[in-house]
Amino acid sequence: MTTNTQATAKSSALLSVLFVALLGGTVLFVAGHAQSSTLHDAAHDVRHATGFPCH
Amino acid sequence: MIQKMVTSALIAGFVAGLLAALLHFAFVQQYILLGEQYESGAIVHFENAAAPPTLHDHDTDQATDETASEPATGMAADMTAEPAADGHAHSHEAGEVTPLTRNSLTVLFAGLIYVAYALILTAGFGLAASFGKVITAREGLLWGIAGFASFQLAPSLGLAPELPGTIAADLTARQIWWWGTVLSTGTGLALLAYGRGYVAIAAAVLLLAAPHIIGAPLPDAYWGVAPPEVAAMFSARVLATALTVWAVLGWLAGYLWSQEKA
Repeated sequence: MTTNTQATAKSSALLSVLFVALLGGTVLFVAGHAQSSTLHDAAHDVRHATGFPCH
Repeated sequence: MIQKMVTSALIAGFVAGLLAALLHFAFVQQYILLGEQYESGAIVHFENAAAPPTLHDHDTDQATDETASEPATGMAADMTAEPAADGHAHSHEAGEVTPLTRNSLTVLFAGLIYVAYALILTAGFGLAASFGKVITAREGLLWGIAGFASFQLAPSLGLAPELPGTIAADLTARQIWWWGTVLSTGTGLALLAYGRGYVAIAAAVLLLAAPHIIGAPLPDAYWGVAPPEVAAMFSARVLATALTVWAVLGWLAGYLWSQEKA
């Protein structure tokens, strides 16, 4: 029973980790890599200054 | 757990983003503006090599400083047939946005990108914590330096930070290599730090080396219009400022993490 509870807690912790990592990855993709021209122009200087492939 | 990760990430990422913007304005932006003057043909590298050094004024802001660009523009008129000068057209022509808008967007996007980095960092803290590892400011600092190595240093080995007015290979291919290198380097460093046994070390070395054995997509020929001295200074400053910001980000995220209750 205790093992089950621990296993559940662990898998829910891992799900949270995955969620937060994907959230960060998505923001990074949209702000740093998405090629919509509005986004590109707005983020232009930061993309260059962060070493992202820009255009 | 989610709340702890997100709270630490938002605060640390926001502070790091502000620092990144500050260092950008102090050390990096002048080279982007200078590179764009070469890119647009407002200054021409080889013509300019024999010209008085005043044309190399690093504080010149192309969006505002009419007088400084006057002689250079006149000179560029003779050079419009130069294929290198017009072969790299962009949608972000000079004068489209005011410097205030441009700088505000820089602050905003620096904040977004460092919050994104911070979320990935605290997700890593969460993963480590679920295996019983304790994260404090000191571990955070090491994680931050590892983040710098994964997100900036390793990719720059194949794709140096690009100054406007320089040449690079196909964008999609570069982005794929960039993401692959980040994932591979980050996983490799984590294995090296937390893995046990020779297999983990061997896998870590393989993951760290793989992107560079495969190799980054490179252009077929180099015909960038910006001087190599400007591009070199730009790349070096991008990496040096990034290390500074990542170190602060990691330290602060680790500190906040250790202060937050579960």
